[in-house]
Amino acid sequence: MATLKRTIGFWISIVLALILFVVVQVLISGEILNSFYVNTLFFMVINIILAVSLHLIIGITGQFSIGHAGFFAVGAYASAIMTMKLQMPFALALLVGGVAAAVAGLLIGIPSLRLKGDYLAIATLGFGEIVRISLLNIEYVGGASGMTVTHLTTWPWVFACLLITIIVIANFTNSTHGRACISIREDEIAADSMGINTTYYKVVAFVIGSFFAGIAGGLYAHHFYIIQPTNFGFLKSFDILIFVVLGGLGSMSGAVIAAILLTIVSTFLQDYPETRMIIYSIILILVMLYRPKGLLGTKEVTSFFKLRRAVQGGIGNDNKNTVA
Amino acid sequence: MELIQQLVNGISLGSIYALIALGYTMVYGIVRLINFAHGDVFMIGSFVGFYAVTSFHVGFFPALLLAMVSCAILGVCIERIAYKPLRNATRIAVLITAIGVSLLIEYGTIYLRGAQPEAYPSTVLPDKKIEVLGVTVNSQSLLILGVSIVLMILLQFIVHKTKIGKAMRAVSHDAEAARLMGINVDNTISATFAIGSALAGAAGVIFGIYYTKIDPLMGIIPGLKAFVAAVLGGIGIIPGAMVGGLMLGVIESLVSGLGYSLWRDGVAFIILILILIFRPAGLFGKNVREKV
Amino acid sequence: MTTRTPLLKAEHVGIQFGGLKALSDVNMELNKGELVGLIGPNGAGKTTFFNLLTGVYEPTEGSIVLDNEKLNGLPPYKITRKGISRTFQNIRLFGELSVLDNVKVAYHSLARHSILSSIFRLPSHFSGEKEIEEKAVEFLKIFKLEHVMDEKAKNLPYGQQRRLEIARALAAHPKLLLLDEPAAGMNPQETKELMSLIAFIREKFDLTILLIEHDMSLVMGICERIYVLDHGQLIAHGTPEEVRNNPKVIEAYLGEEVS
Repeated sequence: MATLKRTIGFWISIVLALILFVVVQVLISGEILNSFYVNTLFFMVINIILAVSLHLIIGITGQFSIGHAGFFAVGAYASAIMTMKLQMPFALALLVGGVAAAVAGLLIGIPSLRLKGDYLAIATLGFGEIVRISLLNIEYVGGASGMTVTHLTTWPWVFACLLITIIVIANFTNSTHGRACISIREDEIAADSMGINTTYYKVVAFVIGSFFAGIAGGLYAHHFYIIQPTNFGFLKSFDILIFVVLGGLGSMSGAVIAAILLTIVSTFLQDYPETRMIIYSIILILVMLYRPKGLLGTKEVTSFFKLRRAVQGGIGNDNKNTVA
Repeated sequence: MELIQQLVNGISLGSIYALIALGYTMVYGIVRLINFAHGDVFMIGSFVGFYAVTSFHVGFFPALLLAMVSCAILGVCIERIAYKPLRNATRIAVLITAIGVSLLIEYGTIYLRGAQPEAYPSTVLPDKKIEVLGVTVNSQSLLILGVSIVLMILLQFIVHKTKIGKAMRAVSHDAEAARLMGINVDNTISATFAIGSALAGAAGVIFGIYYTKIDPLMGIIPGLKAFVAAVLGGIGIIPGAMVGGLMLGVIESLVSGLGYSLWRDGVAFIILILILIFRPAGLFGKNVREKV
Repeated sequence: MTTRTPLLKAEHVGIQFGGLKALSDVNMELNKGELVGLIGPNGAGKTTFFNLLTGVYEPTEGSIVLDNEKLNGLPPYKITRKGISRTFQNIRLFGELSVLDNVKVAYHSLARHSILSSIFRLPSHFSGEKEIEEKAVEFLKIFKLEHVMDEKAKNLPYGQQRRLEIARALAAHPKLLLLDEPAAGMNPQETKELMSLIAFIREKFDLTILLIEHDMSLVMGICERIYVLDHGQLIAHGTPEEVRNNPKVIEAYLGEEVS
């Protein structure tokens, strides 16, 4: 029964998502939304994908990675190379971007996921810097001046990627595999002693997270006309980290909401980058001091609806069947 | 001779890393916290020294002292306001707070004085070329090296010969036991932050004189690299930070000398990842196991 | 009661941390179906021995054999799958997970549906999850925890947390169950209930149990044999009666609480 109800909730979410898709598409085609809003919207979705992908690594599996922009960069450059240098179709480029980032995740994950806590954080930060510095030094991708990329990212692409990201990560989380990851977050030694292959699941979470960061990179590269190594410094990594922490470590809907809110905030503060960073940092410190669990803790938005109504499943577009 | 020249440059750079790394290592040793804001304390020290020299026309040593005192105060404030309330929080929460503090100092500075860089006046220290066995050594480098060495010796003295040093070692060994023995743990932690930050402040002034250009985001990269140096030597181990800093400086200079100066920043992080993978306890560290 | 077939054989097991010998030359044989106690003063190396058996640490000397299979050097999760599971002295539950999910995690190694089938929600995912859920619920019923199965584990009262930890360890289908001071922090009434629970699961699951206790009197009543550790070495071994009268044991416990 529970499965059936959950399936119904899932389909309700899908229908709502499709409605949202059509409405936005109409707004864009009818030029009711001007390019500023479209830009913000796309950027928001890319941020959501990044937030959700990092949420799997930090929020679910508890592996503190602060080099996510590195995977974002790998995806952006790999997909840009596919379209610009090798004249491949966009869909393939996106996929290659994701796969390249996933491979990077595998390569960095296998050795460094043996490290714990602070050390892992620093290793991933170091990885992010190595990616950025390498890009600066590789002439093939334009070095410091970057690569110009044709504009190929459209609403259907952005939306499809968002939907797939959320469904895949939610489905993974709500399975025995996701529980294995959460058990690692909660107590790695106990998870190990319950027969969980902790290394394997840490790497899996890392690879899946990196894959979607790579997809986000592909969308980003083909939206902003130009990509440069400076777009992918560790400030970008911190941005993504803030989404996840603010939303609540362990809550996917929290990460989504935080990504939406902070994208809006930073769009309004676009002309005052210092003010933006000051506000960001103060929020970060205050949240850690007074509400270290973040906005939603480990809860999902759907769980609030369940308390009040018998109907299961998500409402709104962004919180699919994330029954925690 | 080119090689020796690079070696000298590397040692000067390395002594700056070492001074910053000491603060990282001391703080980590005592509260197990990677103080991300440490690089920004270094930056503040540099600016304090700059303003002291340009606005109040003081000499090198008063400027150095002023920077060290200001940074010590700043370090203690950061500890009391941001880190102390989190003493029993999760490691992730503390790490994120540290990142927040770091960003706040960087962009707060930009907000207050703008992002434009400043140039340290070249008159602060006499700059003579001294020939030693065919190698031209800058008198500045010698002085910088001298100051760094004196500070490190002073630190060793404080840690090993004074009461507060004894308390620091006791707290870093076992805070709970130290508390039971009547040591004021909070004050000891503050003192650690003060000393570490003062060293970073000194490093800031030295950096300014040596490299001339300073700006509000200058602390990020040296901060990260000093952290690498601390990990390289074995985090929490004071002599390790010194050796790690010097090694990193020399390696970077050699890489530049071989003509790969653009990759210089990458080398530090490659070293970091290699050391974390193959010897996470660092060159001087012992492997510790998690208690089950 | 005992069928005299050895299940676990530890020979000359020892471990060094740096220069410090935490355990040396420990020999132990557990027969199928036995309930054996491991006692000793604080810091004697009891938990360290558990950590060696479960692969948290690798022994620097000696060998550990379970059912004719050598366990040395295997990672903890593989040892669990070979049939040793444990509880911890300071309870280690998955606090943010529900009681039911805590037990489900232990069933993970039995799950046959792959990550891809879960991501794409293939039929094997649903059947696999259903199987795990049914088994886990059934298990909680045995331990009278089904009424709290949707609670977060961290919100349970202490006694129930202990019970849940044992349930979780058993759900991993061990041949040998290691209990690390299961009665720590319990009042006499709870301790009594715990002891009857241990007797019950031993019958029901056909288990071999090795029990660490700090307090001698507690194990005397229920264990058939007792090993005594002190300063990282076995100093005595035998029936409760033999151990109680062993002068070495009495000496080791002098200065400790005399039982």
